[in-house]
Amino acid sequence: MIKKRLAKDKIIFWSICILAILTAVPLLAILGEVFFRGYDQLTWSFFTEPTPTAYKAMKAIEAGEPIPGGIANGIIGTILMLGMAAVVAIPMGILCGAFLAENSKNRFAQTVSYLTDLLQGTPSVIIGIITYVWVVVPMKGYSAIAGSVALCIMMMPLIIRSTEETLKILPASLKEAGLALGGNRARVMMKVQLPAAFGGIFTGVLLAISRVIGETAPLMFTALGCSLIRWSIDKPMSAVPLLIWEFFNDPNLQDLIWGASLFLLLFVLVLNITAKYIAKKWNQ
Amino acid sequence: MESITPILEFKKTCVSYTKQTMAVKYVSAAIEKNTITAIMGPSGCGKSTLLRAVNLMHNLYSNIRVEGEILLNSENILSMEPMDVRRKVGMVFQRPTPFPTMSIYDNVLAGFALNGIKLSKAEKDATVERCLKSVALWDEVKDVLNKKGTFLSGGQQQRLCIARALAMKPDVLLMDEPTSALDPIATKHIEELLLELQKEVTILIVTHNMGQAMRISSKSMFMYLGELVEYGDTATMFSNPIDERTMAYLTGKMG
Repeated sequence: MIKKRLAKDKIIFWSICILAILTAVPLLAILGEVFFRGYDQLTWSFFTEPTPTAYKAMKAIEAGEPIPGGIANGIIGTILMLGMAAVVAIPMGILCGAFLAENSKNRFAQTVSYLTDLLQGTPSVIIGIITYVWVVVPMKGYSAIAGSVALCIMMMPLIIRSTEETLKILPASLKEAGLALGGNRARVMMKVQLPAAFGGIFTGVLLAISRVIGETAPLMFTALGCSLIRWSIDKPMSAVPLLIWEFFNDPNLQDLIWGASLFLLLFVLVLNITAKYIAKKWNQ
Repeated sequence: MESITPILEFKKTCVSYTKQTMAVKYVSAAIEKNTITAIMGPSGCGKSTLLRAVNLMHNLYSNIRVEGEILLNSENILSMEPMDVRRKVGMVFQRPTPFPTMSIYDNVLAGFALNGIKLSKAEKDATVERCLKSVALWDEVKDVLNKKGTFLSGGQQQRLCIARALAMKPDVLLMDEPTSALDPIATKHIEELLLELQKEVTILIVTHNMGQAMRISSKSMFMYLGELVEYGDTATMFSNPIDERTMAYLTGKMG
């Protein structure tokens, strides 16, 4: 009898191990594929120079040289647009999440919470077209501002949700202890609850950033893309995922696809590892 | 009969969670200044509910209603601003609740930060030292004031929480089974501390532990099913209870 149980235990243990390995396989395969195809493109000029024109690239290919130029215009665009989106989305998302967590029995808060879920599930292409109508049309042109609005809308629900969920799992005694000292709700939220929830909120913010950093569809309708290094936010701007799409569509630039993809992948990876590290530091 | 104005007085205080049932029924009692009053009774008898009415904790939950009067220095706290009441009435919870992101130093001063009161560095240092000394924690933590409060042991954390409450110089200190999560030695430390502290502050303590009530309190309340069954000198109540329900509880036949 005991032998049978032990055998069963072994079978289950090994099936779990195999399934776990199976889950890791695609991830490792993706990382490996992108790395081996892209690593030799990651030179200094790749990060400092803008996208080459198709003509220059063609010339280089004909001469048997590597394609000149890089993705600096995309990196700057991604960082600028993401930065602008984050500056708005993080404080608004956290405040909204705090409101939802504090008023979970309020009908209005419940509705907002439900709408947040819907927003989170809205396809990004729809966010793109909506931002086009709301921002690009009134501003009479594509711009980095429009791009960041689209990214902001996409980040918000993730930040709201993670803030709300993290605040809700804090022990009620923490909030009560703060209020019992005579603090008002806003101060207890700012000085006790939000700091205690920092780890979860921070992870949520980083998750939101890694989620939208690769978004291509909404940027096509809003930021459009640009082959120059540009800092003016009222003009069209490029982004790394937009460049990957452009490279894919231009036979002369296809060699740059893998470098750009690898950069994006590494960026998200570093972001995630940093997030884990900071959250751990904060919580100890 | 000398008539001292009580610092805290319950007058027909009722607390209800739903419309049909009352958790605390018409409790009337006067608490004298600088005493320790123990609130005893079986689980679910309304001890904690009564205690939490005093610092208006029930205001946080819209379904709970508190009726009657609770007078603090002859002023009805039920019509006062909760933040003002809570500054005068400190509270220590069943489980230690040091703020996890704050250092020991900042935990003691949390009341000031939460009330938006600015202190100079010298005032801060003095307050921290005074409060930690009054809970006999100073010698243990004076070299690690910048460490997080959560690094301390359970008993130390609870003393830190008492220090944090005392920093606001409250008139009354409410304690909701403050030692039930602690080991016997930590409990003994806290009990000795409370006996010392009653010189500065009036203490109202909910306890499941009859020995504890006997050791530290001068007055005791016995509650049963939301009613205040008996209230009087602890020594008298333990040796010669008037009500048979009190007798049954104290002798272990009920509870």
